[in-house]
Amino acid sequence: MKRYTIFVITENFIGILNRITIIFTRRGINIDALTASESRLEGIHRITIEVTASEDTVIQLVNQIEKIIDVIKAFYHEDESVVYQEIALYKIPVSRLDGGLEKIIRQHNAKIIAAEPDFVVLELTGHKEQTQELLEILKGYGLLEFARSGRVAVAKRMLTIDSFVK
Amino acid sequence: MKDSMIRGADIVVRSLIAENAEIIFGYPGGAIMPVYDALHDYHDQLRHVLTRHEQGAIHAAQGYARVSGKVGVCIATSGPGATNLITGLADAQIDSTPLVCITGQVASHLLGTDAFQETDVVGISMPATKWNIQVRRVEDIASAIAKGFYIAKSGRPGPVLIDITKDAQTNFGEFNYSKCLGFRSYRTHIPVEKTAIQEAAFLINMAKRPYLLFGQGVVLGEAEEELKAFLDKSGIPAASTLLGSGALSEDHPNYVGKLGMHGNYAPNLLTNQCDVLIAVGMRFDDRVTGDLKRYAKQAKVIHLELDPAEINKIVKCEVAVLGSCKDSLSLLADAVNVNAYPDWMAKFQELADQENATVIQPDLKPTKPGLTMGEVIHQINQYKADDAILVTDVGQHQMIAWRYFNYKKPRTQVTSGGLGTMGFALPAALGAQMYDFSRQVVCVVGDGGIQMTIQELGTIMQTKAPVKIVLLNNNFLGMVRQWQQMFFDKRYSFTELDNPDFVKIAEAYSIQAQKVTERGDLQEAIEDMLIHDGPYFLEVVVEKEDNVFPMIATGCSVEEVRLS
Repeated sequence: MKRYTIFVITENFIGILNRITIIFTRRGINIDALTASESRLEGIHRITIEVTASEDTVIQLVNQIEKIIDVIKAFYHEDESVVYQEIALYKIPVSRLDGGLEKIIRQHNAKIIAAEPDFVVLELTGHKEQTQELLEILKGYGLLEFARSGRVAVAKRMLTIDSFVK
Repeated sequence: MKDSMIRGADIVVRSLIAENAEIIFGYPGGAIMPVYDALHDYHDQLRHVLTRHEQGAIHAAQGYARVSGKVGVCIATSGPGATNLITGLADAQIDSTPLVCITGQVASHLLGTDAFQETDVVGISMPATKWNIQVRRVEDIASAIAKGFYIAKSGRPGPVLIDITKDAQTNFGEFNYSKCLGFRSYRTHIPVEKTAIQEAAFLINMAKRPYLLFGQGVVLGEAEEELKAFLDKSGIPAASTLLGSGALSEDHPNYVGKLGMHGNYAPNLLTNQCDVLIAVGMRFDDRVTGDLKRYAKQAKVIHLELDPAEINKIVKCEVAVLGSCKDSLSLLADAVNVNAYPDWMAKFQELADQENATVIQPDLKPTKPGLTMGEVIHQINQYKADDAILVTDVGQHQMIAWRYFNYKKPRTQVTSGGLGTMGFALPAALGAQMYDFSRQVVCVVGDGGIQMTIQELGTIMQTKAPVKIVLLNNNFLGMVRQWQQMFFDKRYSFTELDNPDFVKIAEAYSIQAQKVTERGDLQEAIEDMLIHDGPYFLEVVVEKEDNVFPMIATGCSVEEVRLS
């Protein structure tokens, strides 16, 4: 079992996400994270799926995804061959703020992006290990809410989606 | 509003006509009524068959598609009408049958409100369709149907569902039909790679015991001639999967029989003795492979396949030849040597002789009193036309009919293979017959399966489709009973049936019917049936507790195929 990133280049078609996710559900495979966005080309979307599985399974998943009529191309990468980031937000009550927090923010390169009378919101962008580490620390500060995005990623390989869209 | 504008419902019907649909199977209801209203104006150009249940409509469309090679079309209303199509969609999906199914949907402003007969059919049918779409605007109807037909028929065929809201059917729009010729996310033509052919030919030319397995891909790719030419030249023995039957005449000298749980003895057993295994247009179903860990481990596998997702899905192959087997088989035929394998073929013959003595002769020419399913099929073989179509349901009768029916022509086999849908045969036979009234269509069905869709006798009555229905009645759900006998200590849990008087039922539908209980009456009854002008119902009461052999029990290897 290993962590893989699956990229899906697809037409912007209603229901496409559903068609993709049922391929995972049917095989009892959990999607660790998923993001969808527009691509550089108009009308073409890219979906990034993070999954922990064996390579054989990932190959099957990618083949089945690519079989979907409105999917233009699907491929997969190991962590080493993608550049990826995740964003995490942490909501902390003002009542629990103390001098220690400044040090934590500096050490982790986090930012305060909102300050309200009752709470502040910190933001950290990085890999899951980093955002997770900060999460564990901030639990000691009465963390009110935590949210982490799915992975956004680009491949290191010098191949552009234009080559799949003809 | 311009004069040239027509109703969405008319666009639906004219689009179907533009796609050369000649016949559609369906059932009306609220949300599809505008289309039914439009059909009334076009009945001279597009024939509609009213089935007695939507499941009957889709199985009929499947039967039609399988025999004709064309896209089968069926229509149904929203809600229950649409959900009744699901079994047929799943069946067509797993057996790669091209279908376009059109369902009515509640008006677009009611979507998501739990309106009367609203169901999310696009959501429900997603895993059971090759493609589906909801159309909410009249201007999108024609392009959706064009795309649907293209997707259903091209590449690896499959079912398409188009859900059209009622307002899209009643609004007016322009009708400019242009056929779909392809689009960027969907590539249908995969050119065969020369290096793959060279590698495959190298393995084949070096082989001492090569063996070819062919599936429905040969029929779908219209590669029957190419298969025959390849076999003629290469001299390689060839066996058929369930859905491959008909792709090669069983009279061909290289033909060695059938694969799978109830296939022939030699083809299964010798899978584990070949040195090169050539799989053509087949997908290594678990009913073919048995225990995968002990399947053809000694062999180098060459897989000729159109669908890239099938490569290495079940069996890892040495050489994958992607593309239509029509192309790859003819390229491969050029690249292989003329050869013959007399010793290897003799092994098949030796095992075939064993099967013949132990299983086939007692099945076809029984000496014990009870009638066997095998002797019924044997009698049909004596009188059937060469191009007769055999439609079967699911269970013991299906396996027996497949084993003993003498397939000579392509597209003469219609059965539910991958899904194993009981209730398939009667409506599928109707659909097959609707394609061509002059062809012999023999529907062999069990007493369990026929009662799942028996209402379609009404459609046969109304259309006068001259289907010959052969009911093999053992008053049991026979295949389940066989498993209970073999693997569940004969605990016959809910498999015995108290059956109605089937002959009376058939007669109530004005279908000529006869019941045979004695061996002496069988031959004449079958002759009578096959020469009868019009539909015919023949019930044959067969031995209650006969079993189908050979058999590869679940979890066993192909070499553990049993003769008894």
